[in-house]
Amino acid sequence: MAKQKKQKFNILEHELVPKHEIVPPEEAVEILRRLGVKPQQLPWLRVTDPVARAIGAKPGDIVRIYRKSPTSGEIVVYRYVVGY
Amino acid sequence: MAALPGLLRDWEKLRASLEDSLEKARSVLPKRIYDDLESKLRDATEKYGLSPEEARKIIEYVLQEYEYSMIEPGEPVGTVAAQSIGEPGTQMTLRTFHYAGVREFNVTLGLPRFIELVDAKKEPSTPLMYIYLDEEHRYDENKAKEVARRIEYTRIVNVAAEIDIDLVGLRIVLRLDPVMLEDKGVTVDQVKKVLEKMKLGKVEQDPGDPLTLYIQLEPGESFSLIDLQKKKDKVLNAKIKGIKKIRRVVIQSMVNEEGRTEYFLVTEGSNLKDVLEVPGVDPRRVYTNNIHEIEEILGIEAARMALIREMKDVLDEQGLDVDIRHIMLVADMMTYTGRVKQIGRHGISGEKPSPLARAAFEMTTQNLFDAAARGEVDDLRGVTETVIVGGVIRMGTGMVEVAMNPAALVKASSTMAARREGEEA
Repeated sequence: MAKQKKQKFNILEHELVPKHEIVPPEEAVEILRRLGVKPQQLPWLRVTDPVARAIGAKPGDIVRIYRKSPTSGEIVVYRYVVGY
Repeated sequence: MAALPGLLRDWEKLRASLEDSLEKARSVLPKRIYDDLESKLRDATEKYGLSPEEARKIIEYVLQEYEYSMIEPGEPVGTVAAQSIGEPGTQMTLRTFHYAGVREFNVTLGLPRFIELVDAKKEPSTPLMYIYLDEEHRYDENKAKEVARRIEYTRIVNVAAEIDIDLVGLRIVLRLDPVMLEDKGVTVDQVKKVLEKMKLGKVEQDPGDPLTLYIQLEPGESFSLIDLQKKKDKVLNAKIKGIKKIRRVVIQSMVNEEGRTEYFLVTEGSNLKDVLEVPGVDPRRVYTNNIHEIEEILGIEAARMALIREMKDVLDEQGLDVDIRHIMLVADMMTYTGRVKQIGRHGISGEKPSPLARAAFEMTTQNLFDAAARGEVDDLRGVTETVIVGGVIRMGTGMVEVAMNPAALVKASSTMAARREGEEA
């Protein structure tokens, strides 16, 4: 029927969405070494997640998230992009 | 007043000589604590003067204190969180039908709402949205009302005074309520257009009374009474305007940070996706209590934030003071797979890798049979399964084991022997 309505609002601007960025592979290796974990031991982020799509993350990427935290101001966490 | 020798009063200068220490602090400390540290150092330098050695020592102490305050490895944080939420939870009211701020709204709170959250229910029993408005509509009640009308889902039944079926004239007679039309901001023409679009028949306005509309049904078709009733219901349920699922909109006001009165909307029913696109709405601040909707539209991180906010709000509303870190841990567990997962049977407890732990949680025999049929193996790593077999749990002091290194033992005993000989000699 009518053409699919396009979402105009950029969800990355929403106050609930913290800043996400894709970590370059070299840096990712360093981070995993520092944390002493395998990538799949990080929390996951699905490729189909709206934010993952908005920043163009692919499975295997590691995404750095700057969470606003009530206890420590700002905190950096990582998520591993998984494809399901 | 001359500064004591070695003391610096110029923060920039001191800072330059401390760069390596500060860099280390920055990489270890959370942002807020680091900022606090830096600003306090600056204040102290400007007020009393600090020598680089002193400043270095202060930074070192802060780092040390930070490390002491961290959770130790082996601390059963999950159990602590469960108890810290569970105990105050027993004091929660079982059934509260509270009116959150607005008199007209009936919001599920207390234990039922908390259960909804940890069970990750698809839709809350009382979906609710908080819609903040953009710069233009924020400060004017009439403009806020304009946006509210755009959002509120309005059907013909909401503005109709009465509806009748004229069997002789074979037409539906619809009389509109002028008060409701005014309230919902709907014109007779709008209603007329909606009716015409339905293609039930020709729509006419009564020449004497503009609020009465006739829908002339096509003759020739066979009309049963049931048919006519169905058509009548169809007319009543026809949408005039608004957003689906938003049943009611209430305008509320608050004093914002700038000290101005700001109007915002609270709605019964939730539809995040469509509300984000409504003109006059500030999409960055739209909030809903439907966690799944947030996950779907704004992503898992936003869902985590909303979960924490909702759980904290429920506990606060009941006057229970639970440390937010316990709630954050629960929210982290619920979201670590990239989806909002419930705590119970189909989530965290039900998907534990250990069959014994699952059996201990629910449906003991069923779980054991299933595990046996699949040939599962229990590694006995978790707490529950270790307790079942009477072992030492891997928590606290149980985390460490004593290992013997024979080579080191040989070496140690030979040096001991050598020392003894030396003493005797």
